[in-house]
Amino acid sequence: MDTKYMNPYLAGFLLGLVLLATIFITGRGLGASGAIKSIVVATVDGIASKHAEGSHFYGTYVGPGKDNPMKSWLVFEIFGVLIGGFVSGLASDRMKFVTEAGPRIRPKLRWLFAAIGGALFGIGAQFARGCTSGAALSGMAVLSTAGFITMIAIFGTGYAVAYFARKLWI
Amino acid sequence: MIAPFFKYGLFGDDVSLVVAFITGIGFGFFLERGGFNSAKKLAAQFYFTDLTVFKVMFTAIITAMVGLYYLSVIGFVDLSLVYLTPTFLLPQVVGGLLLGFGFVIGGYCPGTSCVAVATGRIDAMVYLGGIMFGILVFGEVFPLVSNFYLSTPMGQITLPQLTGLPYGLLVFLVVLMALGGFVGAEWVEKKMASKKAGASL
Repeated sequence: MDTKYMNPYLAGFLLGLVLLATIFITGRGLGASGAIKSIVVATVDGIASKHAEGSHFYGTYVGPGKDNPMKSWLVFEIFGVLIGGFVSGLASDRMKFVTEAGPRIRPKLRWLFAAIGGALFGIGAQFARGCTSGAALSGMAVLSTAGFITMIAIFGTGYAVAYFARKLWI
Repeated sequence: MIAPFFKYGLFGDDVSLVVAFITGIGFGFFLERGGFNSAKKLAAQFYFTDLTVFKVMFTAIITAMVGLYYLSVIGFVDLSLVYLTPTFLLPQVVGGLLLGFGFVIGGYCPGTSCVAVATGRIDAMVYLGGIMFGILVFGEVFPLVSNFYLSTPMGQITLPQLTGLPYGLLVFLVVLMALGGFVGAEWVEKKMASKKAGASL
């Protein structure tokens, strides 16, 4: 079976058409971190609804008269993303339980850094009002100032600090 | 003007969730096709050995951006109805810094981690747990950071509004920048490959 990835320009073009269709049909772009936020908000609301409703952060999404936070556009979209990724991985024989890590790092340490990196994204995406998909990709496609700021800050920082993280990857 | 369909009331909230699900399938499918399920491949961009991320991302941006521009010029889509993330200059710069750090250390961003989870990557599952923890931390400390979170607001502003330059000109400049970037990316990848080949001799 052919496990090679698609030509990046073709994959990008097709991804761009998906983004264009999304904006054309719904008037909004793609996203990811917002869906995970809804899941966290719903979880906190499920465990401690008083605490959630009284909070200025969670309280925006939960409380009397408000829809379940899981009934959101991004939550449904991200379930689609999981299925789309699964189908594509299955079709090209790329499904396997592995830890992606550089040659010089043990899996357990890699997990620790993955958790730290994830946490930074969880916090950063709130300040940025979105992540690489919602703020940067979808934002730049509609020439949003926020999109350009986020894109430059993400990748500028990435390239600036990559040297210090090289043992994780190369 | 006929689009965005949803804004013109062609379908309601429930149907929009079905659209979201279908759209997500396309999004996830092509992210995986492009190789975004592998942290090693994603991180390689920062060491100039594999610039797939840049190529996929900017091809997608210019495709959607140019398409949307033409559709608006011929009167098919009303750009003023397209949602814009509001700009908060300082928090967004700081947020972007955290995201940049998180990308290099974690190897994924939220969207790519989802397709990596879907194809069985264990590190991506841990990463996803990390995102949830980070959002929880933010939610709990929100009263302490809310002043900064809401600082330097600039509203829902586009680059044409900010700079005063025509929309079409900015579209053209972004395309030009992307095309220059692609040429540079191919050149850098070749150079890194030959350097690697030379080192292993």
